[in-house]
Amino acid sequence: MTMNWKAGGVLLGVVFFLAVMLVKPIGVSTQFVILDGIIADAVAPGLVTQTAEGFTSTNEYLAKSNGKYAKAVSNPLNYSFIFVLAMALGGFLSVRARGGLSIQEQSIPALWRANFGDSLAKRYAAAFVGGFVVLYGARLAGGCTSGHMMSGMMQTSLSGYIFALGAFGAAIPVSLMMFKKEV
Amino acid sequence: MMTIILAIGLGLAFGAVLDRVGAANPTYIGKMLNLTNLNLAKIILLAIGTGSVLMFGGQMLGLVDVGHMSVKTAYLGVFIGGLMLGAGWAVAGFCPGTGVVAAATGRKDALFFIGGGLLGAAAYMVTYPAWKSAGVLDKIAGGKVTLGTIPGAKYEGLTALPGDVLGIVLGLAFIAVAFALPERLVSRNVVPHAAE
Repeated sequence: MTMNWKAGGVLLGVVFFLAVMLVKPIGVSTQFVILDGIIADAVAPGLVTQTAEGFTSTNEYLAKSNGKYAKAVSNPLNYSFIFVLAMALGGFLSVRARGGLSIQEQSIPALWRANFGDSLAKRYAAAFVGGFVVLYGARLAGGCTSGHMMSGMMQTSLSGYIFALGAFGAAIPVSLMMFKKEV
Repeated sequence: MMTIILAIGLGLAFGAVLDRVGAANPTYIGKMLNLTNLNLAKIILLAIGTGSVLMFGGQMLGLVDVGHMSVKTAYLGVFIGGLMLGAGWAVAGFCPGTGVVAAATGRKDALFFIGGGLLGAAAYMVTYPAWKSAGVLDKIAGGKVTLGTIPGAKYEGLTALPGDVLGIVLGLAFIAVAFALPERLVSRNVVPHAAE
């Protein structure tokens, strides 16, 4: 069902290359912050404000780097945010073209089911907690698997290697402990 | 306007490829991380290597603008955050990008991942000043550095080695490791599918 690793790897590498050649390296996790900012600013207007020099925020994180994130929050129609929305559409079209996922797979992935059973609550709770830790970690690190690891190591950036060491250093032991049964 | 069109084109391609290589499927992520099926690891290594060779090769030929590079700062939090991301990645089977794609492919658990992710990112926004004042975000080893010194780049090199040549050499090394990596490193008991 999935692509041969050689074709898949080259294709994925070409996409990362095209992004750098045409615009800039791919990154995703910042957009979780931007969406948070958009939601928070809608609920409590005044989070992001325009100044003479650009944008700023009452939140120190959004205001950092001369209000770079604050600017993106006030103008979501920017490259990086649209990129992530288009990514979702790309995934949707791709899965449609190959006939979609089975009902079981849509709720619980096979490997999880083999190890932890059919409880939806358990799977959804794990996905939620996992999401929290992943995005907190990604923001602390300043990037995620795409931005730090793939784009970073591709550019021979030191931070990409440090990130990958941490990510796999934790992911492999956790996975070895959790997933003892195969599918 | 042009950048928006590029965002749509590149985003579509990235999302579709992530789906097709299985990166948005937690089962494949889990099999890679518990070392029972390294197919996805080979894909990641081959992709990094291919991207590197093309980018640095393009730079040397003058076809790729060195100014498009964007190197992130190295600091202690990169490692700590990497550990956190890795742990959550193993538990959920999603990372930020693949979680978004997975949700779009119809995975309901990925919606919970995104919900948790938005909350986690918000928690970081609130706690950011504490990390900053603790010095965890202070740059180390020069901060925004590359392993070699890349001609024309605004980033300093950790070494004086020619950064573009080093990039191609490392890119080829990633490709070689992708080929050398075995299909699996750990064997496990297979759960029979039938029996119902």
